[in-house]
Amino acid sequence: MEETVPQVAVIGAGPVGLFSVFELGMLRMRATVIDALPEIGGQCAALYPEKPIYDIPGLPEVAGAELIERLKAQAAPFHPIYRLGQKVERLTKIENGWRLKTSAGPEIEAKAVIIAAGAGAFGPHRPPLEGILGYEGVSVHYMVTRKESFRGKRIVIAGGGDSAVDWALALTEITDHIYFVHRRDKFRAAPASLAKLQELSNVGKIEFVVPYQLSALEGDGRQLTAIIVSDLDGKTRRLEADSLLPFFGLATDLGAIASWGLELQHGHLPVDPATCKTSLDGIFAIGDVVTYPGKIKLILCGFAEAAMAAHAIFPLVHKGEALHFEYSTTKGVPST
Amino acid sequence: MPKIIFLTSQGERREIEAPIGLSVMEVAKHNGIDIEAACEGSLACATCHVIVDPSWYDKLPRRAEEEEDMLDLAFGLTKTSRLSCQILVSEELDGLIVTVAGS
Repeated sequence: MEETVPQVAVIGAGPVGLFSVFELGMLRMRATVIDALPEIGGQCAALYPEKPIYDIPGLPEVAGAELIERLKAQAAPFHPIYRLGQKVERLTKIENGWRLKTSAGPEIEAKAVIIAAGAGAFGPHRPPLEGILGYEGVSVHYMVTRKESFRGKRIVIAGGGDSAVDWALALTEITDHIYFVHRRDKFRAAPASLAKLQELSNVGKIEFVVPYQLSALEGDGRQLTAIIVSDLDGKTRRLEADSLLPFFGLATDLGAIASWGLELQHGHLPVDPATCKTSLDGIFAIGDVVTYPGKIKLILCGFAEAAMAAHAIFPLVHKGEALHFEYSTTKGVPST
Repeated sequence: MPKIIFLTSQGERREIEAPIGLSVMEVAKHNGIDIEAACEGSLACATCHVIVDPSWYDKLPRRAEEEEDMLDLAFGLTKTSRLSCQILVSEELDGLIVTVAGS
């Protein structure tokens, strides 16, 4: 299977996209799996890796991250190609299939596409501040790749969870001043981190700006000069700073999917429940992104849809060949 | 059946019948109100954020700690902000008025 050029492109490496690799593989089809995040696992890995899930058939209790590990192992014998940290931008019809352009790397050609996009591609949760897009990448950052770039700067860190707290601690030595903006005086982080944070505040290295929320940006459109914050009574403060680091978790964006010419209903792709086919030939959709009469948004339903989509895709990949169906207990799986 | 009044920031007003036991978020979704509920009510996001009319805010049960944790991720919070997936419809909430945040 390693030598075969993948014939199917799967958009989304969440639990349902991962299981579709298995279902496709059992019918002798190889997949390329594309995901916006740098790690596989979709919402399970990104939002609730440690939370127990109780409704996966056969698994009375399994943590989000563990489910993903198991699905990754189940897919492994079929040698999927993972293209992570990239978003699919465009789908173009070609003879016998589709060409996918992603935000990084070479274009992908496939005989069929399975969209397993869930609630959409994950990206940083962007504060709705006027002009913020222009500042992003220059003076507004959602992650820190080089601490050194903040040397001597005055920065605003906004948010109340581990990411905000950890970066405040990590950047305190290198920066000139840190304003830590949060909407309430309770921070969600490990007690040891919170204790350290309090110490740094006591010696003036970190200034808590609480209870405040981000309100407006001042600057030339690319480089910030100040951040305005306001409290629940409308009282404002002006924080002179060079950079803003907002840590407000992840948000999903169906974005590009809406531009591929597919029929959409309230942000979902209507599909034929028998085949999971969308309004476009050769494009299928499974999991939370789909809608059909009676659709329930459960991982187990997505798993079933993955099997149905694989069966419907078989004739597109193995043209003219009859689908001789054997159960996995008879056929087995290839060794990894 | 209790009714909930949904307002948008554009001044639209819709009065919706709300079955007891459903969350305000579910009532909104079932009636085509434009509200995002990314995590489907599992307290893993803050996208179902609504602003409760001040005259109703104190009639609601208090926010649980998990809701406070998720509200940390929301923008434009007010004194009467709630996650609509955490407000369950009851007879006592007949006539509840909420504004969909960011609408």
